[in-house]
Amino acid sequence: MLKLVDLKKTFHPGTPNEVRALQGVSLTIEEGSFVVVIGTNGSGKSTLLNAVAGTFLVDQGKIELAGQDVTGWPEHRRAKFIGRVFQNPYMGSAPHLSIAENLALSARRGEFRGLNWALKRRQLEELQQQVREMGLGMENRLTNLIGSLSGGQRQSLTLLMASLKRPDLLLLDEHTAALDPKSADQVIQLTENLVRKQKLTTLMVTHSMQQAATLGDRLIMMVRGQIRYDFQGAAKKRLTPEAILSKFEEVRRMDLLDESAAELLRQRYV
Amino acid sequence: MSLLIGALTMGLMLSLLAMGVLISFRILAFRDLTVDGSITLGGAVAGMLIAQGHSPILSTFAAMLCGALAGCVTGILATRLKINGLLSGILVMTALYSVNLRVMGKSNIPLMNETTLFSMVQGWAKSEDRWTFLIWQAPLQDVFVLLQLCVMIPVVALIVWAYFQTEHGLSMRATGDNPDMIRALGVNVDWMTVAGLGLSNGLVALSGALLVQYLGFADVQMGIGMVVLGFASVIIGESLVRSRSLGLLLIGAIMGSLLFRLLVAIALRWGLNPNDLKLVTALFVLAALVMPMVLARISRPGKTQTLEVAPDA
Ligand SMILES: Nc1ncnc2c1ncn2[C@@H]1O[C@H](COP(=O)(O)OP(=O)(O)OP(=O)(O)O)[C@@H](O)[C@H]1O
Ligand SMILES: [Mg+2]
Repeated sequence: MLKLVDLKKTFHPGTPNEVRALQGVSLTIEEGSFVVVIGTNGSGKSTLLNAVAGTFLVDQGKIELAGQDVTGWPEHRRAKFIGRVFQNPYMGSAPHLSIAENLALSARRGEFRGLNWALKRRQLEELQQQVREMGLGMENRLTNLIGSLSGGQRQSLTLLMASLKRPDLLLLDEHTAALDPKSADQVIQLTENLVRKQKLTTLMVTHSMQQAATLGDRLIMMVRGQIRYDFQGAAKKRLTPEAILSKFEEVRRMDLLDESAAELLRQRYV
Repeated sequence: MSLLIGALTMGLMLSLLAMGVLISFRILAFRDLTVDGSITLGGAVAGMLIAQGHSPILSTFAAMLCGALAGCVTGILATRLKINGLLSGILVMTALYSVNLRVMGKSNIPLMNETTLFSMVQGWAKSEDRWTFLIWQAPLQDVFVLLQLCVMIPVVALIVWAYFQTEHGLSMRATGDNPDMIRALGVNVDWMTVAGLGLSNGLVALSGALLVQYLGFADVQMGIGMVVLGFASVIIGESLVRSRSLGLLLIGAIMGSLLFRLLVAIALRWGLNPNDLKLVTALFVLAALVMPMVLARISRPGKTQTLEVAPDA
């Protein structure tokens, strides 16, 4: 379970570049829930995921994960609970290590790393079996360097790496955005399978209305560092891509209204 | 013949320096300039302890440990205190100059008849004994020292290789390759970098300790330009093995170091002024760095390419 209480984060505070990226986000995600996050560019979706992962510490608020208060924990300590796939397919794996070595590294996510051999024969067979189950035909290429794979293959492997050791929370930040449509479909398919099979608690950011409508059991929409809409249960099931688009349109109109009102006030009083 | 044996002996001892540079520059992608100071530190500590009559094995280990410590300091400056990596190395290297003088008490320590790591095998022959091979002759003692190193250096390389096959060692390689990824997998990248620089400079100091025992003196100036020399060996090694596999890279570092020493011996034989050696080395490294870029420009005009130096961690 993930519990966020009134998270706030401001980048470059007190400078002209000040960005209030999170302006009081509260969210509780139940065990096994698959939450899709949408929102306009710069609305703070990635910032939210980074705050949970511990890429930076939040200015205010509380983050509770797997029953522990992790608000002050550095990223590498939270890794014990969190599996992660980034938008950039090159960010989630080490290009000059082999597929097997990358997998072995992720199989010990958050655990002590001592002087045992990193690749034991038995473990290797296990890994090979898991790659085979993915059905991408990479099971006989485990000694190849990851850098020799395509973006889609790398992203699929990163997804497998994130879930090799079952995470208490899976964070996916537009993990198909940089892929061609076919690879994106493949990775989404894989995501669905993994999440369903392992009953993973998942937080997924996407720009695809299609994905937002069909995936997950809950959808939240962020606007300017806050959660504007939250659809759960039956309300989420009823959502169509068109309905989501019209919500975006609604938000856009309200923001325009806000802006023109501000403009009006400025003209009148400044 | 003794020229050849001398070059090989120096090459083997300096291959430890090359392995150290391989670890910092290539595996950790950290341009570490501590090396010039830590190789001297290794020499100074070993020289001082041996001159005081301590066991050479103990002295050599102490030298390694001190070098490792120096590397860790650079690592802490760079990661915990967020000082630029190059600058961290320069700061520690500069500080080490004074430390080394303090350790030695003077700028040069001669080792006259002290027992060194090489004393035992040297004792197997008398100093006037000659080894004859076809028409060539060489002092038998020097041959024994070379043979000892032929066992020692591969053993060290094997240990280093084995370490990088362990969970800890593999995480270290990933730290240099993709820090974002390995952090997300729960590794403290800062401390991993510190440990890596410790390992690297420990090897470099071991190289210094061996050099001192072979040459028979420790000198506070002995480290100048060593990082470039180590880097040159690594580059030669890489072009020899043409592989990213760690085992081959380590072998490459040894071969590169040997080849470099042979080239130096030949150049000196042909009348190169020893004073010009560092200039020539620097030019060589420059050429090796620029070459790929020039070649790429020639084959694909218009496209620019960056220097193939690993990015700073
Ligand atoms: N590390 C950072 N330093 C400074 N500003 C940042 C940083 N990270 C994010 N921001 C700013 O915070 C705001 C929110 O960014 P964020 O990346 O969370 O948006 P997003 O919703 O993920 O957008 P997109 O859909 O484009 O990915 C943006 O204005 C961005 O410029
Ligand atoms: Mg984003």
